[in-house]
Amino acid sequence: MSQAATATTPLPATARRGGNIGDIIFEWACKGSGLLVLVLLGAIIVELFIAGLPAFRAFGLQFIWSTEWDPVREVFGAGVSIYGTIVTAILAIAFAVPLAFGVAFYLTELAPTWLRGPVGTAIELLAAVPSIIYGMWGFFVIAPAFAAHLQPWIIDNFGELPLVGFLFQGAPFGTGIFTAAFILAIMILPFIAATMRDVFLQVPPVYKESAYGLGATTWEVMKGVVLPYTRVSVVGGVMLGLGRALGETMAVTFVIGNANRISTSIFGPGNTIASLIALEFGESETGSLKLSSLLALGFILFVLSFIVLATSRYLLRSRLKA
Amino acid sequence: MNRRSLLLGAGAALALPVVARAQAAQITGAGASFPNPVYQKWAEAARGPTNIQLNYQSVGSGAGINQIRNRTVDFGATDAPLSAQQLTEANLLQFPTVMGSVVPIINVPGIENEQLRLNGEVLAEIFLGKITRWNDAKITALNPGVNLPALAIAPVYRADGSGTTFVFTSYLTAVSADWRGGPGSATSVRWPVGNGARGNEGVAGGVRNTRGGIGYVENAYATTNRLVTVQLRNKAGNFVRPTMDNFLAAASNADWSVPGFAANIIDQAGANSWPIVSPTFILLPTNPQDAARSAAVRRFFDWAFTNGDNLARELEYIPLPDATKTAIRQAWTRQFGA
Repeated sequence: MSQAATATTPLPATARRGGNIGDIIFEWACKGSGLLVLVLLGAIIVELFIAGLPAFRAFGLQFIWSTEWDPVREVFGAGVSIYGTIVTAILAIAFAVPLAFGVAFYLTELAPTWLRGPVGTAIELLAAVPSIIYGMWGFFVIAPAFAAHLQPWIIDNFGELPLVGFLFQGAPFGTGIFTAAFILAIMILPFIAATMRDVFLQVPPVYKESAYGLGATTWEVMKGVVLPYTRVSVVGGVMLGLGRALGETMAVTFVIGNANRISTSIFGPGNTIASLIALEFGESETGSLKLSSLLALGFILFVLSFIVLATSRYLLRSRLKA
Repeated sequence: MNRRSLLLGAGAALALPVVARAQAAQITGAGASFPNPVYQKWAEAARGPTNIQLNYQSVGSGAGINQIRNRTVDFGATDAPLSAQQLTEANLLQFPTVMGSVVPIINVPGIENEQLRLNGEVLAEIFLGKITRWNDAKITALNPGVNLPALAIAPVYRADGSGTTFVFTSYLTAVSADWRGGPGSATSVRWPVGNGARGNEGVAGGVRNTRGGIGYVENAYATTNRLVTVQLRNKAGNFVRPTMDNFLAAASNADWSVPGFAANIIDQAGANSWPIVSPTFILLPTNPQDAARSAAVRRFFDWAFTNGDNLARELEYIPLPDATKTAIRQAWTRQFGA
């Protein structure tokens, strides 16, 4: 095809290759924009690392798992906030994935056609709500409701269970790891649900129709055909949500309880890397160990997010190519 | 044609006052969020009489200190005073502007505003997690005749670094050896128990949401939101209420003749002194890049010292005693000449 095209119109091709300055400028402008992103990303990582270096020097590798955060004595460790970041993100995934699966399953297989558009749009609109709104909603509506109803009930009914009871003990503050994970789950739901819906729609109809032809129910088709076919992409979508949950700041800060302690109960207060940085940044002086520790935390978060996103890109690669 | 000339005329008429206002001296400041409301109020009121336009950014004391060290603003503002050595190193002059007070707030069913009596040791033990129930013997001993429930105490603290936390923890450090040897005092500390919330409004919301909650906020915030506060036992052994008279009593007893005016008003002597009162400070370069702007900063605060007391009181801040203002003006003259 292209050979034929060059054969019939040889002149414009050479003209294009030749001295059109506009083309050259355009090419370099595009190249520059593309490279700028890479340079910017690299510069941020390097800058964060250099700025965090005094903290890594002062506390060594121990900085990563030390649970100490004492601004008065200038002893800092990332342990609690890394723990909080990972636990809230994983809990959020645990809440959000079943819900997102339900949404995607309903939208692709069960919902009447006229309803698919509005519900799909509503899910995507959830992603457009600013995170501060989720934070305020969580703090003023969800936390008091949890404190008054849900948490006392769970603490009373599950707190005494053998082996797992310790997970549900403590005072019903309303805020804490559990509430933060709940808010995060709602925030990442649209990302996971949208990915799942898209990949479910990509399953070739002939597979599904064959299964239906053999007498499979809708659920059996989902379980036996759609899910195995899209498994890797679904996991990739989940990782995408995970990456977002790791970095969320404002909403989490409102509801997590902001305590630098690792509590065994999921209702206990905690900390995430992003929320700790947001809270402490304004009161950190230039050149202080505290500022350096906060920037070192930023570096750790960057690395965490990078790993998660890279994994998701890797798992989603087939779908991204298509 | 006609319409265009009309527009041009209107534009010129509009431009005139803009030009006139551009001649007003512009000064910039950044730092503590604690005095931000009163600085904004003063800035608004001073614009007419002094022709000075203040642009104050409430970015937090730490950031304010950073900015004045880098000289990106005309003055910095901080709640925690710098030491004499720090001031000399950074070529800064420090002086106070107003004082503020911090009050504990509680949410205990059946307890009214200013009813519960606490002292410093009990407050410290609550925030250390040693006293965990509202009917603890140490609390009931201070409150004979008050029926306190067997409710768990839920401490709420400021999670963001803040001057309010600095003042409150300075008080706990002053009155409790355990606190001094434990968390200590700073704009953020290692809290052994409780939940953190963001800002005064976060702490107030956290206490309101939690039965058995206790927290601390700036007095202005407690007053305007009608929060339930407590009485505290002061150094003289009297239980005092958080009122303006008691704040002023604490301020009048303070010793201001220390370097950088870094008077310690925490847990002040005096029969009526409210124990948690603290000044907030301005940092002014002693080697200003622009002498005119530095002079404008002094002119602004001179105006505020003369005319701003009522505005400060309206916002529940405590004006400085007259003798202190005189001493500050003398310090300016010594440093910068008349």
